[in-house]
Amino acid sequence: MNILVCISKTPDTTAKIAFTEGNTKFDENGVQWIINPYDEWYSLVRAIEIKEKDPTTNIHLITVGGPEAEPIIRKALALGGDEAIRVNSNSNDSYVIAQQIAAIAKQGAYDLIMTGKETIDYNSACIGSMLSAILDLPYVSLANHLEVNGNTATIQREIEGGEETNEVILPMIISCQKGMAEQRIPNMRGIMAARTKPLKVVDPVATNAHTSIKEFSLPPAKTGVKLIAPDQMEELVKLLKEEAKVI
Amino acid sequence: MVLIYIDHSEKEIKKSSHEAISYGAAIAKQLGCSAEALLLGTVNDDLTTLGKLGASKVHQLNNESLNNFDAKVHASLIATTASNLNAEVIVFAHNINGKAIAPSVAVKLDAGIVTGACSLPSLQNGFEVTKTVFSGKAFASIKIETPKKVIAINQNSFGIQNYDSSATIEEMNLPIPTASVKVTNVNKIIGEIPLTEANLVVSGGRGLKGPENWGILLDLAKALGAATACSRPVSDSDWRPHHEHVGQTGIQIAPNLYIAIGISGAIQHLAGVNRSKTIVVINKDPEAPFFKAADYGVVGDAFEVVPAFTAAILKMKHNE
Ligand SMILES: Cc1cc2nc3c(=O)[nH]c(=O)nc-3n(C[C@H](O)[C@H](O)[C@H](O)COP(=O)(O)OP(=O)(O)OC[C@H]3O[C@@H](n4cnc5c(N)ncnc54)[C@H](O)[C@@H]3O)c2cc1C
Ligand SMILES: Nc1ncnc2c1ncn2[C@@H]1O[C@H](COP(=O)(O)O)[C@@H](O)[C@H]1O
Repeated sequence: MNILVCISKTPDTTAKIAFTEGNTKFDENGVQWIINPYDEWYSLVRAIEIKEKDPTTNIHLITVGGPEAEPIIRKALALGGDEAIRVNSNSNDSYVIAQQIAAIAKQGAYDLIMTGKETIDYNSACIGSMLSAILDLPYVSLANHLEVNGNTATIQREIEGGEETNEVILPMIISCQKGMAEQRIPNMRGIMAARTKPLKVVDPVATNAHTSIKEFSLPPAKTGVKLIAPDQMEELVKLLKEEAKVI
Repeated sequence: MVLIYIDHSEKEIKKSSHEAISYGAAIAKQLGCSAEALLLGTVNDDLTTLGKLGASKVHQLNNESLNNFDAKVHASLIATTASNLNAEVIVFAHNINGKAIAPSVAVKLDAGIVTGACSLPSLQNGFEVTKTVFSGKAFASIKIETPKKVIAINQNSFGIQNYDSSATIEEMNLPIPTASVKVTNVNKIIGEIPLTEANLVVSGGRGLKGPENWGILLDLAKALGAATACSRPVSDSDWRPHHEHVGQTGIQIAPNLYIAIGISGAIQHLAGVNRSKTIVVINKDPEAPFFKAADYGVVGDAFEVVPAFTAAILKMKHNE
């Protein structure tokens, strides 16, 4: 079985959110980059678990990004990917990124293309669904459980107020979230092995962006908390009812 | 024309789709065109009442098989309909199913897309839509460069409007593609309010010490008619089910009221809840970072404060 795992690079979850160049660019100064948690903890680790059960599985990793994405993709290799492809493009337009991944996907006979639920910086939740349209493949999103048996995937996905079980004939695309697998930390052997695993850099295919970021802004700061004494709960209820008007 | 996709489950139109219709109707007003809705499958709701939300027409593909959601099939039918009707803007709720299909529809229509939108488009310099980024810690204004546009609107960010009209229903006839997803089981947690649809949410953290102490939180939720949530360590320790985990790596919510009990307010937790309209924090540590993000705070022991809070709510409800 061949799996393509999509890996994106995001600022560390504690990174300071600030902007430069007249609020048109994210300020990368001092930012630590990590693998998008949904890609790392859930999608990649589940792919690795599948390979542990069936060692004939190949795990290819793909990232669309500049050279600064290399430490991220190396870490993903250290966790357990077999080889990696970096498409050398810095676009943050979802359509352009999806076209790059689709171009690579068309070259390999992948049974499963896995993405994270969304990136924690732009929160688009677009790539998986776009790949489904470009490659004309079935798509199940927000999956928290995946089993593969022969050419059939059995998946649990989140629905409002519950879960649904889906069966899909491979090949397909799946977006992963919590529940799928447990976070792992790369071990020394993995880190050493990752140094010699193939990392191919390819040029992007030409596509036009459909969107562009014009300006960033920060939400207005909260005006300050109103403290209510622990023995004044009727006062709190009154404030929620009459001032905040939420109950 | 603005086409709004109507999402439903268990034969009921979702609240997030009501918001999407009103949002789409407001865009139609900006553009001086009509707002029409699209329903795939069957529901018990009276479709003419969608006029009250701003839709002048409801296009329905009346086929039971579409009540099972299949991203590939649904996206294909929506894109075909949007082309047939020559829709300029296609609106979705940025909910579970919307996230699965809106980007596919955008690709099929060669349309630019903004997901997680939180305001009406600005038409001053083309077509710009503001969306939340960095898990609610910032906003970005995105310009859509293509003639056709797809927008998925965040839940609870555009209020339902009231129009004094009723919608006409137009049945469609389209060939339905073969299903690619077989739904073999649906497991709804009966009686619980889905977290993402809830107006009121009561949430607990490690400060509650153990699952055996959740009774006080559940009583408060019951008194309010609120959904329940929790911090990540709480669900990681299996004190509460995984689907209650909110935050950067859990579910992102934006209820009218979020009550945080014994939660410190780590940045990753705030990322999932900071779009809530009003935040109440109950924590025994006055230095807990959550107080900086709160509207109302109670510095005190949850085991005393929460039951008193519940009693005060029940008293208020009793007097109503
Ligand atoms: C990459 C990454 C992603 C993460 N994603 C998430 C996420 O999505 N969601 C999330 O929640 N966390 C997430 N975390 C974890 C986050 O950093 C915090 O560790 C976590 O939110 C803390 O949970 P907590 O507030 O319940 O526990 P604690 O930090 O232990 O806080 C417990 C609080 O309870 C208070 N308390 C104790 N006793 C009482 C009492 N009797 N009465 C009242 N108050 C009391 C304490 O003063 C304290 O403030 C993530 C971390 C990382 C690194
Ligand atoms: N630049 C990228 N390179 C590779 N995969 C990506 C990239 N951006 C997003 N993805 C994948 O698509 C998922 C959803 O991202 P998004 O649609 O941008 O929120 C991520 O979790 C990744 O798995």
